[in-house]
Amino acid sequence: MSKPAEYYQRDREWHPPALAQGYKTSVARSPRYSLISLEQTASEITGPVFGHEDIVPGDNDLLTNYAQPGESPIGERIILHGRVLDENARPVPNTLVEIWQANAGGRYRHKKDMYLAPVDPNFGGCGRTLTDGDGYYCFRTVKPGAYPWRNWVNNWRPAHIHISVFGASFSQRLITQMYFEGDPLIAKCPIVQTIPDPAAVEQLIAPLDLNASVPLDALAYKFDIVLRGRRSTLFENRPEGN
Amino acid sequence: MPQRIDYLKETASQTAGPFVHIGLSPGAAGFDIYERELGWDIAGPTAGGERIRVEGVVVDGTGSPVKDVLLEAWQANAQGVYAHPEHDREVEEGFRGWGRVITDFDTGEWGFDTVKPGPVMGRNGRVMAPHINLWIVARGINVGLNTRLYFSDEAEANATDPVMGLIEWEVRRQTLVAERAERDGKVVYRFDIRLQGEGETVFFDI
Repeated sequence: MSKPAEYYQRDREWHPPALAQGYKTSVARSPRYSLISLEQTASEITGPVFGHEDIVPGDNDLLTNYAQPGESPIGERIILHGRVLDENARPVPNTLVEIWQANAGGRYRHKKDMYLAPVDPNFGGCGRTLTDGDGYYCFRTVKPGAYPWRNWVNNWRPAHIHISVFGASFSQRLITQMYFEGDPLIAKCPIVQTIPDPAAVEQLIAPLDLNASVPLDALAYKFDIVLRGRRSTLFENRPEGN
Repeated sequence: MPQRIDYLKETASQTAGPFVHIGLSPGAAGFDIYERELGWDIAGPTAGGERIRVEGVVVDGTGSPVKDVLLEAWQANAQGVYAHPEHDREVEEGFRGWGRVITDFDTGEWGFDTVKPGPVMGRNGRVMAPHINLWIVARGINVGLNTRLYFSDEAEANATDPVMGLIEWEVRRQTLVAERAERDGKVVYRFDIRLQGEGETVFFDI
Protein backbone atom coordinates (compact mmCIF):
# COMPACT_ATOMS: atom_id res chain seq x y z
CA MET A 1 0.00 0.00 0.00
CA SER A 2 1.92 3.02 -1.24
CA LYS A 3 -0.01 6.17 -0.37
CA PRO A 4 -3.00 5.51 1.82
CA ALA A 5 -5.45 8.41 1.76
CA GLU A 6 -7.58 8.77 4.85
CA TYR A 7 -11.33 9.01 5.13
CA TYR A 8 -12.74 12.18 6.59
CA GLN A 9 -13.19 12.01 10.31
CA ARG A 10 -16.60 10.92 11.48
CA ASP A 11 -18.69 13.83 12.79
CA ARG A 12 -19.51 12.44 16.22
CA GLU A 13 -21.87 15.31 16.96
CA TRP A 14 -23.98 14.34 13.96
CA HIS A 15 -24.25 10.70 15.02
CA PRO A 16 -26.08 9.70 18.18
CA PRO A 17 -23.96 9.67 21.34
CA ALA A 18 -23.21 6.29 22.90
CA LEU A 19 -25.18 7.24 25.99
CA ALA A 20 -28.73 8.45 25.35
CA GLN A 21 -30.86 8.41 28.51
CA GLY A 22 -34.13 8.19 26.57
CA TYR A 23 -33.03 4.93 24.99
CA LYS A 24 -32.63 2.93 28.17
CA THR A 25 -30.68 0.00 26.78
CA SER A 26 -27.86 2.36 25.83
CA VAL A 27 -27.21 3.29 29.46
CA ALA A 28 -25.39 0.11 30.49
CA ARG A 29 -24.00 -0.56 27.03
CA SER A 30 -22.22 2.74 26.41
CA PRO A 31 -18.50 3.19 27.09
CA ARG A 32 -17.72 5.86 29.67
CA TYR A 33 -14.21 6.64 28.45
CA SER A 34 -13.65 8.66 25.31
CA LEU A 35 -12.90 6.85 22.09
CA ILE A 36 -9.21 6.89 21.20
CA SER A 37 -8.82 8.71 17.89
CA LEU A 38 -6.27 7.21 15.57
CA GLU A 39 -4.83 8.24 12.25
CA GLN A 40 -5.92 5.66 9.74
CA THR A 41 -3.63 2.85 8.66
CA ALA A 42 -4.03 -0.02 6.23
CA SER A 43 -6.24 -1.67 8.85
CA GLU A 44 -8.85 1.07 8.60
CA ILE A 45 -8.50 2.01 4.92
CA THR A 46 -9.05 -1.51 3.64
CA GLY A 47 -12.20 -3.56 4.05
CA PRO A 48 -13.89 -6.69 2.74
CA VAL A 49 -14.72 -6.95 -0.94
CA PHE A 50 -17.86 -8.76 -2.09
CA GLY A 51 -18.84 -9.99 -5.52
CA HIS A 52 -21.76 -11.46 -7.39
CA GLU A 53 -20.63 -14.96 -6.39
CA ASP A 54 -21.59 -14.09 -2.80
CA ILE A 55 -25.28 -13.50 -3.51
CA VAL A 56 -27.95 -14.61 -5.95
CA PRO A 57 -30.03 -12.22 -8.06
CA GLY A 58 -33.32 -12.76 -6.18
CA ASP A 59 -31.79 -11.91 -2.78
CA ASN A 60 -33.05 -8.32 -3.15
CA ASP A 61 -36.69 -9.29 -3.71
CA LEU A 62 -38.35 -9.76 -0.32
CA LEU A 63 -41.69 -10.31 -2.03
CA THR A 64 -40.43 -13.62 -3.37
CA ASN A 65 -37.26 -14.66 -1.53
CA TYR A 66 -39.17 -16.45 1.21
CA ALA A 67 -42.64 -16.86 -0.34
CA GLN A 68 -44.20 -20.16 -1.29
CA PRO A 69 -44.39 -20.63 -5.06
CA GLY A 70 -47.25 -18.55 -6.42
CA GLU A 71 -47.83 -16.69 -3.15
CA SER A 72 -46.63 -13.40 -1.77
CA PRO A 73 -46.53 -11.63 1.59
CA ILE A 74 -49.39 -9.57 2.98
CA GLY A 75 -48.88 -5.81 2.99
CA GLU A 76 -48.30 -2.70 0.96
CA ARG A 77 -45.93 -3.58 -1.87
CA ILE A 78 -43.05 -1.13 -2.13
CA ILE A 79 -39.79 -0.56 -3.93
CA LEU A 80 -36.95 0.77 -1.81
CA HIS A 81 -34.24 2.23 -3.98
CA GLY A 82 -31.52 4.84 -4.04
CA ARG A 83 -27.80 5.32 -4.28
CA VAL A 84 -24.88 4.82 -1.97
CA LEU A 85 -22.70 7.91 -2.17
CA ASP A 86 -19.77 9.26 -0.21
CA GLU A 87 -19.49 12.70 1.35
CA ASN A 88 -17.91 13.93 -1.89
CA ALA A 89 -21.15 12.89 -3.66
CA ARG A 90 -19.29 10.19 -5.54
CA PRO A 91 -21.13 6.88 -6.03
CA VAL A 92 -19.91 3.87 -4.07
CA PRO A 93 -20.05 1.00 -6.58
CA ASN A 94 -20.18 -2.77 -5.94
CA THR A 95 -20.77 -2.44 -2.25
CA LEU A 96 -22.88 -4.86 -0.23
CA VAL A 97 -26.19 -3.49 1.08
CA GLU A 98 -28.17 -5.71 3.47
CA ILE A 99 -31.60 -4.96 4.89
CA TRP A 100 -33.90 -6.49 7.48
CA GLN A 101 -37.35 -5.55 8.70
CA ALA A 102 -40.58 -6.56 10.38
CA ASN A 103 -43.51 -7.77 8.30
CA ALA A 104 -46.59 -5.66 7.54
CA GLY A 105 -47.99 -6.43 11.00
CA GLY A 106 -44.83 -5.32 12.79
CA ARG A 107 -43.55 -8.80 13.61
CA TYR A 108 -40.01 -10.02 12.93
CA ARG A 109 -39.27 -13.57 11.88
CA HIS A 110 -36.94 -14.05 14.84
CA LYS A 111 -37.16 -16.57 17.63
CA LYS A 112 -36.74 -13.79 20.17
CA ASP A 113 -39.63 -11.64 18.86
CA MET A 114 -42.70 -12.32 21.03
CA TYR A 115 -45.02 -9.61 19.69
CA LEU A 116 -48.57 -10.92 19.30
CA ALA A 117 -48.88 -9.89 15.64
CA PRO A 118 -48.53 -13.00 13.47
CA VAL A 119 -45.55 -14.15 11.45
CA ASP A 120 -46.28 -14.07 7.71
CA PRO A 121 -45.59 -17.50 6.20
CA ASN A 122 -44.53 -15.84 2.95
CA PHE A 123 -42.20 -13.21 4.36
CA GLY A 124 -38.65 -13.70 5.63
CA GLY A 125 -37.77 -10.07 6.15
CA CYS A 126 -34.21 -9.83 4.91
CA GLY A 127 -32.53 -9.04 1.62
CA ARG A 128 -29.19 -8.06 0.17
CA THR A 129 -27.72 -6.69 -3.01
CA LEU A 130 -24.62 -5.10 -4.49
CA THR A 131 -24.72 -1.52 -5.74
CA ASP A 132 -24.10 -1.17 -9.47
CA GLY A 133 -21.37 0.92 -11.08
CA ASP A 134 -23.30 4.10 -10.28
CA GLY A 135 -23.85 3.19 -6.63
CA TYR A 136 -27.50 2.35 -7.29
CA TYR A 137 -29.38 -0.30 -5.31
CA CYS A 138 -32.95 -1.54 -5.32
CA PHE A 139 -35.14 -3.82 -3.18
CA ARG A 140 -38.73 -4.94 -3.47
CA THR A 141 -40.57 -5.62 -0.22
CA VAL A 142 -43.65 -4.78 1.82
CA LYS A 143 -43.91 -1.72 4.00
CA PRO A 144 -43.16 -2.84 7.57
CA GLY A 145 -45.64 -2.20 10.35
CA ALA A 146 -45.06 -0.19 13.50
CA TYR A 147 -44.62 -2.24 16.66
CA PRO A 148 -44.40 -1.73 20.40
CA TRP A 149 -41.19 -2.20 22.34
CA ARG A 150 -40.16 -2.14 25.97
CA ASN A 151 -38.52 1.14 26.90
CA TRP A 152 -41.11 3.38 28.44
CA VAL A 153 -44.28 1.38 28.91
CA ASN A 154 -45.91 2.59 25.71
CA ASN A 155 -43.17 3.13 23.12
CA TRP A 156 -43.75 2.27 19.47
CA ARG A 157 -41.17 2.04 16.75
CA PRO A 158 -42.11 3.93 13.59
CA ALA A 159 -42.16 1.77 10.46
CA HIS A 160 -38.52 1.27 9.56
CA ILE A 161 -36.08 -0.85 7.60
CA HIS A 162 -32.62 -1.63 8.99
CA ILE A 163 -29.81 -1.09 6.50
CA SER A 164 -26.21 -2.30 6.68
CA VAL A 165 -23.60 -0.95 4.25
CA PHE A 166 -19.91 -1.76 3.88
CA GLY A 167 -18.37 0.82 1.56
CA ALA A 168 -14.80 0.30 0.45
CA SER A 169 -13.14 0.33 3.86
CA PHE A 170 -13.75 -0.93 7.38
CA SER A 171 -13.92 2.70 8.51
CA GLN A 172 -16.97 3.31 6.29
CA ARG A 173 -18.93 0.45 7.84
CA LEU A 174 -22.39 1.67 8.81
CA ILE A 175 -25.69 0.37 10.12
CA THR A 176 -28.68 2.66 10.12
CA GLN A 177 -32.47 2.65 9.81
CA MET A 178 -34.67 4.31 7.20
CA TYR A 179 -38.09 5.72 8.03
CA PHE A 180 -41.09 6.63 5.88
CA GLU A 181 -42.22 10.13 5.02
CA GLY A 182 -45.22 11.29 7.00
CA ASP A 183 -45.04 8.78 9.87
CA PRO A 184 -46.15 10.54 13.10
CA LEU A 185 -44.26 7.98 15.23
CA ILE A 186 -40.86 9.22 14.01
CA ALA A 187 -40.96 12.29 16.24
CA LYS A 188 -41.98 10.20 19.25
CA CYS A 189 -39.36 7.46 18.98
CA PRO A 190 -36.57 7.43 21.61
CA ILE A 191 -34.25 5.61 19.21
CA VAL A 192 -34.72 8.24 16.50
CA GLN A 193 -34.33 10.92 19.13
CA THR A 194 -30.86 9.67 20.10
CA ILE A 195 -29.78 11.73 17.07
CA PRO A 196 -29.24 15.30 18.24
CA ASP A 197 -29.53 17.21 14.96
CA PRO A 198 -32.99 17.32 13.31
CA ALA A 199 -31.29 17.57 9.92
CA ALA A 200 -29.61 14.22 10.55
CA VAL A 201 -33.01 12.70 11.37
CA GLU A 202 -34.51 14.12 8.17
CA GLN A 203 -31.75 12.41 6.23
CA LEU A 204 -33.11 9.07 7.52
CA ILE A 205 -36.63 9.69 6.19
CA ALA A 206 -37.32 8.34 2.71
CA PRO A 207 -39.75 10.34 0.59
CA LEU A 208 -42.46 8.76 -1.49
CA ASP A 209 -41.10 8.51 -5.04
CA LEU A 210 -44.14 8.25 -7.23
CA ASN A 211 -42.14 8.35 -10.46
CA ALA A 212 -40.32 5.19 -9.48
CA SER A 213 -43.46 3.34 -8.47
CA VAL A 214 -44.88 0.65 -10.72
CA PRO A 215 -48.46 1.54 -11.71
CA LEU A 216 -51.04 -0.94 -10.44
CA ASP A 217 -48.29 -2.84 -8.59
CA ALA A 218 -45.98 -1.12 -6.07
CA LEU A 219 -45.24 2.27 -4.54
CA ALA A 220 -41.64 3.44 -4.27
CA TYR A 221 -39.56 5.18 -1.64
CA LYS A 222 -36.17 6.69 -2.40
CA PHE A 223 -33.38 6.47 0.13
CA ASP A 224 -29.85 7.64 -0.58
CA ILE A 225 -27.16 6.54 1.85
CA VAL A 226 -24.03 8.61 2.44
CA LEU A 227 -20.79 7.03 3.65
CA ARG A 228 -17.67 8.85 4.79
CA GLY A 229 -15.76 10.65 2.09
CA ARG A 230 -12.07 10.31 1.40
CA ARG A 231 -9.24 12.71 0.87
CA SER A 232 -8.05 12.89 -2.68
CA THR A 233 -4.91 14.93 -2.16
CA LEU A 234 -1.95 12.94 -1.03
CA PHE A 235 0.39 15.43 0.56
CA GLU A 236 2.18 13.45 3.20
CA ASN A 237 3.01 15.30 6.38
CA ARG A 238 6.06 13.10 6.78
CA PRO A 239 7.81 11.05 4.13
CA GLU A 240 7.68 7.31 4.69
CA GLY A 241 10.48 5.98 6.83
CA ASN A 242 10.95 9.07 8.95
CA MET B 1 -20.27 35.22 2.61
CA PRO B 2 -17.55 32.80 1.50
CA GLN B 3 -18.33 30.10 -1.05
CA ARG B 4 -20.41 27.19 0.15
CA ILE B 5 -18.69 23.95 1.01
CA ASP B 6 -21.07 21.39 -0.35
CA TYR B 7 -19.97 18.09 1.09
CA LEU B 8 -22.74 15.67 1.86
CA LYS B 9 -23.16 14.55 5.46
CA GLU B 10 -22.62 10.94 6.40
CA THR B 11 -25.90 9.13 7.07
CA ALA B 12 -26.37 8.99 10.84
CA SER B 13 -25.98 5.62 12.52
CA GLN B 14 -28.83 3.89 14.28
CA THR B 15 -28.67 0.87 16.55
CA ALA B 16 -28.67 -2.54 14.92
CA GLY B 17 -31.42 -3.48 17.37
CA PRO B 18 -32.22 -6.87 18.90
CA PHE B 19 -33.05 -8.56 15.61
CA VAL B 20 -29.85 -7.82 13.69
CA HIS B 21 -29.48 -11.57 13.13
CA ILE B 22 -32.41 -11.63 10.71
CA GLY B 23 -30.57 -9.43 8.31
CA LEU B 24 -26.97 -10.39 8.80
CA SER B 25 -27.08 -13.92 10.16
CA PRO B 26 -30.57 -15.29 9.42
CA GLY B 27 -29.64 -18.89 10.15
CA ALA B 28 -29.05 -17.87 13.75
CA ALA B 29 -32.45 -16.15 13.83
CA GLY B 30 -33.99 -19.52 13.15
CA PHE B 31 -34.63 -19.67 9.44
CA ASP B 32 -32.85 -20.61 6.23
CA ILE B 33 -33.20 -18.10 3.44
CA TYR B 34 -29.87 -17.60 1.70
CA GLU B 35 -27.91 -20.21 -0.20
CA ARG B 36 -24.78 -18.83 1.43
CA GLU B 37 -24.45 -16.88 4.61
CA LEU B 38 -21.53 -14.51 4.64
CA GLY B 39 -18.65 -14.26 7.02
CA TRP B 40 -18.44 -17.74 8.57
CA ASP B 41 -15.13 -18.59 6.90
CA ILE B 42 -12.52 -15.90 7.51
CA ALA B 43 -9.33 -17.49 6.28
CA GLY B 44 -10.43 -20.07 3.70
CA PRO B 45 -8.87 -23.51 3.18
CA THR B 46 -5.47 -22.58 1.78
CA ALA B 47 -4.31 -19.75 4.02
CA GLY B 48 -0.84 -20.11 5.52
CA GLY B 49 0.04 -19.40 9.12
CA GLU B 50 -1.08 -20.68 12.47
CA ARG B 51 -4.70 -21.80 12.78
CA ILE B 52 -6.28 -20.26 15.84
CA ARG B 53 -9.62 -19.85 17.54
CA VAL B 54 -10.73 -16.61 19.19
CA GLU B 55 -13.40 -16.67 21.88
CA GLY B 56 -14.94 -14.24 24.30
CA VAL B 57 -17.95 -12.62 25.76
CA VAL B 58 -19.15 -9.02 25.68
CA VAL B 59 -20.24 -7.70 29.07
CA ASP B 60 -22.16 -4.54 29.87
CA GLY B 61 -21.70 -1.99 32.66
CA THR B 62 -23.40 -4.26 35.20
CA GLY B 63 -21.03 -7.13 34.39
CA SER B 64 -23.72 -9.12 32.62
CA PRO B 65 -23.09 -10.84 29.29
CA VAL B 66 -24.63 -9.10 26.29
CA LYS B 67 -26.49 -11.82 24.45
CA ASP B 68 -27.57 -10.08 21.26
CA VAL B 69 -24.26 -8.83 19.90
CA LEU B 70 -23.00 -9.18 16.36
CA LEU B 71 -19.25 -8.87 15.83
CA GLU B 72 -17.34 -8.45 12.62
CA ALA B 73 -13.64 -9.18 12.27
CA TRP B 74 -11.26 -7.73 9.70
CA GLN B 75 -7.70 -8.95 9.54
CA ALA B 76 -4.61 -9.39 7.41
CA ASN B 77 -3.24 -12.81 6.49
CA ALA B 78 -0.15 -14.34 8.10
CA GLN B 79 2.05 -12.20 5.84
CA GLY B 80 0.35 -9.02 7.01
CA VAL B 81 -1.58 -8.46 3.78
CA TYR B 82 -5.24 -7.44 3.61
CA ALA B 83 -7.47 -8.94 0.92
CA HIS B 84 -8.16 -5.57 -0.64
CA PRO B 85 -7.25 -4.08 -4.03
CA GLU B 86 -5.26 -1.26 -2.43
CA HIS B 87 -2.93 -3.64 -0.66
CA ASP B 88 -0.09 -4.30 -3.03
CA ARG B 89 0.38 -8.03 -2.47
CA GLU B 90 -1.85 -11.01 -3.18
CA VAL B 91 -3.47 -13.15 -0.52
CA GLU B 92 -4.15 -16.88 -0.65
CA GLU B 93 -7.06 -18.16 -2.74
CA GLY B 94 -10.17 -18.06 -0.56
CA PHE B 95 -8.71 -15.75 2.08
CA ARG B 96 -11.16 -12.90 2.69
CA GLY B 97 -10.00 -11.81 6.13
CA TRP B 98 -13.51 -10.81 7.13
CA GLY B 99 -15.81 -12.63 9.47
CA ARG B 100 -19.11 -12.19 11.21
CA VAL B 101 -20.27 -13.95 14.38
CA ILE B 102 -23.12 -13.62 16.81
CA THR B 103 -23.21 -14.49 20.47
CA ASP B 104 -24.95 -17.51 21.92
CA PHE B 105 -28.44 -16.35 22.92
CA ASP B 106 -28.16 -18.10 26.33
CA THR B 107 -24.57 -17.49 27.39
CA GLY B 108 -23.33 -14.53 25.35
CA GLU B 109 -20.26 -16.50 24.25
CA TRP B 110 -18.92 -15.94 20.76
CA GLY B 111 -16.01 -17.42 18.84
CA PHE B 112 -14.48 -17.77 15.41
CA ASP B 113 -11.75 -19.77 13.69
CA THR B 114 -9.11 -18.06 11.62
CA VAL B 115 -5.36 -17.78 11.11
CA LYS B 116 -3.18 -15.55 13.19
CA PRO B 117 -2.44 -12.40 11.22
CA GLY B 118 1.09 -11.12 10.64
CA PRO B 119 2.44 -7.67 11.44
CA VAL B 120 1.12 -4.93 9.16
CA MET B 121 2.98 -1.86 7.96
CA GLY B 122 1.52 1.19 9.68
CA ARG B 123 2.01 4.89 9.15
CA ASN B 124 5.39 6.49 8.67
CA GLY B 125 7.06 3.15 8.15
CA ARG B 126 6.27 1.90 11.65
CA VAL B 127 5.21 -1.72 11.86
CA MET B 128 2.02 -2.57 13.76
CA ALA B 129 1.90 -5.68 15.92
CA PRO B 130 -0.37 -8.49 14.67
CA HIS B 131 -3.98 -7.59 15.38
CA ILE B 132 -7.57 -8.27 14.38
CA ASN B 133 -9.91 -5.30 13.91
CA LEU B 134 -13.31 -5.81 15.51
CA TRP B 135 -16.60 -4.00 15.03
CA ILE B 136 -19.39 -4.54 17.55
CA VAL B 137 -23.06 -3.75 17.11
CA ALA B 138 -26.08 -4.58 19.26
CA ARG B 139 -29.27 -3.26 20.70
CA GLY B 140 -28.33 -0.26 22.83
CA ILE B 141 -25.17 0.50 20.84
CA ASN B 142 -25.97 3.60 18.83
CA VAL B 143 -22.84 3.66 16.69
CA GLY B 144 -20.86 0.48 16.03
CA LEU B 145 -17.82 0.19 18.32
CA ASN B 146 -14.35 -0.37 16.85
CA THR B 147 -11.60 -2.06 18.77
CA ARG B 148 -8.49 -4.12 18.10
CA LEU B 149 -7.48 -7.53 19.38
CA TYR B 150 -3.76 -8.03 19.99
CA PHE B 151 -2.03 -11.27 21.02
CA SER B 152 -0.50 -12.10 24.40
CA ASP B 153 2.41 -14.00 22.82
CA GLU B 154 3.48 -10.85 20.93
CA ALA B 155 4.48 -8.81 23.97
CA GLU B 156 7.55 -7.37 22.30
CA ALA B 157 5.69 -6.25 19.17
CA ASN B 158 2.79 -4.96 21.25
CA ALA B 159 5.18 -2.81 23.28
CA THR B 160 6.24 -0.86 20.20
CA ASP B 161 2.89 -0.88 18.39
CA PRO B 162 2.10 2.72 17.38
CA VAL B 163 -1.63 2.38 17.99
CA MET B 164 -1.13 0.79 21.41
CA GLY B 165 1.18 3.72 22.10
CA LEU B 166 -1.68 6.16 21.52
CA ILE B 167 -3.35 4.87 24.65
CA GLU B 168 -2.04 7.20 27.30
CA TRP B 169 -2.99 4.94 30.22
CA GLU B 170 -0.76 1.88 30.04
CA VAL B 171 -3.14 -0.01 32.30
CA ARG B 172 -5.83 0.23 29.63
CA ARG B 173 -3.65 -1.28 26.89
CA GLN B 174 -4.10 -4.71 28.43
CA THR B 175 -7.80 -4.59 27.56
CA LEU B 176 -6.78 -5.16 23.93
CA VAL B 177 -4.62 -8.22 24.55
CA ALA B 178 -6.17 -11.66 24.00
CA GLU B 179 -4.79 -14.39 26.24
CA ARG B 180 -3.31 -17.43 24.53
CA ALA B 181 -4.07 -20.93 25.74
CA GLU B 182 -4.24 -24.46 24.35
CA ARG B 183 -7.28 -26.70 24.45
CA ASP B 184 -7.42 -30.17 22.92
CA GLY B 185 -4.28 -29.37 20.96
CA LYS B 186 -5.79 -26.21 19.47
CA VAL B 187 -4.68 -22.65 20.08
CA VAL B 188 -7.46 -20.58 21.62
CA TYR B 189 -7.26 -16.88 22.43
CA ARG B 190 -9.63 -15.45 25.00
CA PHE B 191 -10.83 -11.89 24.36
CA ASP B 192 -13.55 -10.54 26.63
CA ILE B 193 -14.92 -7.12 25.77
CA ARG B 194 -16.18 -4.81 28.53
CA LEU B 195 -18.44 -2.09 27.23
CA GLN B 196 -18.37 -0.08 30.43
CA GLY B 197 -17.03 0.01 33.95
CA GLU B 198 -13.99 -1.62 35.49
CA GLY B 199 -11.58 -2.80 32.81
CA GLU B 200 -13.54 -1.01 30.09
CA THR B 201 -12.17 -2.05 26.71
CA VAL B 202 -10.45 0.62 24.67
CA PHE B 203 -12.57 1.60 21.67
CA PHE B 204 -11.28 3.62 18.77
CA ASP B 205 -12.63 6.42 16.66
CA ILE B 206 -11.23 5.26 13.37
